Amino acid sequence: MEVSVTVNGTVRSADVEPRTLLVHYLRDVLGLTGTNIGCDTSSCGACTVLVDGRSAKSCTLLAAQVDGADVTTIEGLAGPDGLHPMQQAFHECHALQCGYCTPGMVMAAVSLLDEYDDIDADGVRVGLEGNLCRCTGYQNIVAAVLAAGE
Amino acid sequence: MIPAAVDYVLADSAEAAIAALTEAGDEAKLLAGGQSLVPLMRLRLATPSVLIDIGRLDDLSGISIDGDTVSIGALTTHSALEHSADLAAACPLLAHVAAQVGDPAVRHRGTLGGSLAHADPASDLPAAVLALGGTLVASGPGGSREIAATDFFTGFLESALGPDELLTEVRVPVSTGGWCYQKFNRRAQDWAIVGVVVAEAGAGVALVNMGSTPLRASGVEAAVAGGASAGDAAAVAADGTEPPTDNNADGDYRAHLARVLTERALTAAGA
Repeated sequence: MEVSVTVNGTVRSADVEPRTLLVHYLRDVLGLTGTNIGCDTSSCGACTVLVDGRSAKSCTLLAAQVDGADVTTIEGLAGPDGLHPMQQAFHECHALQCGYCTPGMVMAAVSLLDEYDDIDADGVRVGLEGNLCRCTGYQNIVAAVLAAGE
Repeated sequence: MIPAAVDYVLADSAEAAIAALTEAGDEAKLLAGGQSLVPLMRLRLATPSVLIDIGRLDDLSGISIDGDTVSIGALTTHSALEHSADLAAACPLLAHVAAQVGDPAVRHRGTLGGSLAHADPASDLPAAVLALGGTLVASGPGGSREIAATDFFTGFLESALGPDELLTEVRVPVSTGGWCYQKFNRRAQDWAIVGVVVAEAGAGVALVNMGSTPLRASGVEAAVAGGASAGDAAAVAADGTEPPTDNNADGDYRAHLARVLTERALTAAGA
């Protein structure tokens, strides 16, 4: 079936099987490998992207479900002037070690700040519960998200 | 993993979805937000032959309040329930429980109707609708019918919906009396090991993950109605249940949790 998605501002179309997951559409069809796959159970959040501005786990959506939608991946976050404020905050706060969870973590954090006003550290921890990091212990991730929100 | 091969039909109306269901038979599955179904398909625990995507039926989404009844379209997302000022005023329990489901990304896509139709005894929202004494509206080839929440959950992941029926709406009474949801889990984002929902200061009490279906704790409700203390009423919370044993907890521990959480929830709800 033909699936057209506006990915990072550009309309992309491809003929895919209905069972194609969005994450495979992004990685294997479009070659956007910044979106990672970390688990088989919709638990880890490494594949988080924005669909129409809100975080979604691209392993838990069929590409067909987002036909016609706007999708933003980590590759589309930085602007012409450089890193997105959330990316800059992750850099400055040393919010990553191995970096595998980082694309999903950043996308989830961008959505989180957009969705919840005046969020505090506890709110960030709860709000990122769908994104697992096995390196950092989360402390600097929380610091980065709060810094980006200021 | 990659789901098994499947055919895909995009429904442009409820009638079209029902017609596709009728034609495809019981090998078809309705796809709403997909937050329960797609994970099962990835594990190949679900291998439908046809997916009928109802996710674009915008007229099945929304919250309206008429008198004493809150009507919620089946495709209303958990996130929409969580952020609705109208729902927070008319039925704060349901808005709160919706905010406890999964994580934000799941709540952006997952739907109330999908959660109910999936009928997972470990899910949050089915027990909330049960405690509130809600009513579900199903549409099929012969028209629509109402199903009381107490009659809806018939077995593990099984509901009273017929193979050619579509859940279109969920109705709950306006409910601003004392309420509480006690969700016990050890890991963030996880399903409840046990959960207890209390509505209207103990008039409605329902249990999460204490059997093959979400359960109404009618013994607790009767005790509260008879004037029992929260502790005395909670003592019968696990009576008549057959809680599962799994990696998280054995049945005896779940029964203990049900009593403890029920007492906490009743106390918080002012029972």
